[in-house]
Amino acid sequence: MDKWKKFKESYFLYSFLRDPVAIVSFIIFLFLVIVSFSAPLIAPHDPYDTSTISIMDSEIPPVWYGEGDDNFILGTDSQGRDMLSTMMYGMRVSIIIGIGAVALQAFLGVVIGLLSGYIGGRVDAFFMRLADIQLSFSTLMVAIFISAIFQTAFGVGKYSEYAVPILVLIIGIAEWPQYARTVRASVLGEKEKEYVEAAKVIGFGSRWIMFRHILPNTLSPVFVISTIQVANAVMSEAALSFLGLGMPVTKPSLGSLINLGFEYIFSGSWWITIFPGILLIILVLVVNLLGDWLRDVLNPKLYKG
Amino acid sequence: MHRENRLVTINKLVKKFDISGGFLDQLKIENKKIVRKKTFVHAVNDVSFTVNKGEILSVVGESGCGKSTLARVVVGLYSPWSGEIFYKDKRIDNLDGSQMLSYRKKMQMIFQDPYASLNPRMTVKKTLEEPLRFHEPSISNSEIEEKVLYVMEQVGVNPKWADRYPHEFSGGQRQRVSIARALMVDPEFIVADEPISALDVSIQAQILNLLMDARDNFGLTYMLITHDLSVVEHISTRVCVMYLGTVCEIAPVRNIFSNPLHPYTQALLSAIPKPGVKKKEHIKLKGEVPTPIVLPTGCVFHTRCLYADERCRREIPKPLSYDNGESFVACHGVEEKRI
Repeated sequence: MDKWKKFKESYFLYSFLRDPVAIVSFIIFLFLVIVSFSAPLIAPHDPYDTSTISIMDSEIPPVWYGEGDDNFILGTDSQGRDMLSTMMYGMRVSIIIGIGAVALQAFLGVVIGLLSGYIGGRVDAFFMRLADIQLSFSTLMVAIFISAIFQTAFGVGKYSEYAVPILVLIIGIAEWPQYARTVRASVLGEKEKEYVEAAKVIGFGSRWIMFRHILPNTLSPVFVISTIQVANAVMSEAALSFLGLGMPVTKPSLGSLINLGFEYIFSGSWWITIFPGILLIILVLVVNLLGDWLRDVLNPKLYKG
Repeated sequence: MHRENRLVTINKLVKKFDISGGFLDQLKIENKKIVRKKTFVHAVNDVSFTVNKGEILSVVGESGCGKSTLARVVVGLYSPWSGEIFYKDKRIDNLDGSQMLSYRKKMQMIFQDPYASLNPRMTVKKTLEEPLRFHEPSISNSEIEEKVLYVMEQVGVNPKWADRYPHEFSGGQRQRVSIARALMVDPEFIVADEPISALDVSIQAQILNLLMDARDNFGLTYMLITHDLSVVEHISTRVCVMYLGTVCEIAPVRNIFSNPLHPYTQALLSAIPKPGVKKKEHIKLKGEVPTPIVLPTGCVFHTRCLYADERCRREIPKPLSYDNGESFVACHGVEEKRI
């Protein structure tokens, strides 16, 4: 109860309730998350269950068209799966991969950035040259490279079984330099400040100084890039799916749905691409808006200074 | 003075910074051969002195003379290139982290810029609690709370403001918090690196008085780094004058101001504006301070000294001590009694 009371009086909640954009974004985001994660309970069809899918139902347009079917509100895709249900399941996959990959990127990048910024010297040179090398390839190329290795190592069957964790790993490894560079740059600025010297004079160890004193002061840019990176991760996943290296067609993500429909867009079946596309845009936009608000709140200088 | 009165002793301390950069930057061509050459900034050269218990030793000198570096070497932020630092009778410059901890408690530092010396993401309370929790893990929460409130009152910050962030305070208040942080672990020796130079003039006196009160209440010894000579005259016990990383002269404050021996001290003190003194009575030094990368041979001051002769250019002057070793001056001219 005490914590709840504290939360009710906090600046966090105060600024949230005073920001209509944040409230609307949060409601939409919460709605999307709830809808996607409760998909097995509330979705009208189960796109993973092949016994309920009929190829005869393929490419049925949305219900407001003459040929539409009441059973499939937003129409069906090329395999006869209900678009609405498939999008709900697909969004769940996209959110899991996006957040998981960003968490991994952030963890790797923050730790490496902190170490190379704070220790400097050879550690710094090693990690930053590694980052340079990796950034000189495109992210997608690194991801393709890693996933190709995984596919040969495990076989395609096993790969599609473990596609989600493997994609998290691939996208996570492919994008850590973004974080490492950002964090390193702010660590270099922070570690020269006198409060770090004061902490050293008190006698704290370097690990304590790095994680308790410097890290909290470098987090604002991390939050800002995290929102962009969630979008990026979803995009990378979509691109990988398009190339046949991402989510298998039997368990499509939003990205693979867009790409799936792309082949049919000129034959008139626009809904297979457009609906997942709109959903993806809303998801990314809402995450970005929430990230912006979060950045303003987490930087005490902006709100009270 | 007696031996047991010594708190911190520095012996032949040298600090150089390597600025030669990477391996490829170090390669130079000399006599048609490629040689590897390192470049150093000689920040502190062969400095020895003692800080006695209860005194305020002021270190003065112009910008870039190595005052701040000296302060940071003494508290252990930088490790010395060579030389020794003693706390009471124990040599502390070669101790490892865990052995050093008990001395960390005894030696604290106050910084110049109150806007940078407090962690912006920690409330005043957290900032003050942290050192105590670290050094005395067994202490109870209520005792910590009590101590935080006590120290905050001592430095003149309202304990009601404990939950505020540093950016909600003015510069003078932040400096008070910064002093409070140093006092939390009950130190004996405080190195203050220009503690008032970033503050408004009207606040400077308050902070100085606070430092003086803290000395009486907590039994502190100060090493005060400053370039404000009127402050030095006001509060110090002894004064150490530095030029280009070298100590020119150390003497009790009254002697320094009434009878400066070293030519550099004389020039420095004549620069204090005094009412009724005509401009031409100032000693004007020629030229600029030489670069600390290539130090002048012999006495570092000879390039600008009015009395320099052949010996000054050749030979580094040895400190000439008097007054039971409490004062010394490093000058050939004084030694030869020609100044």
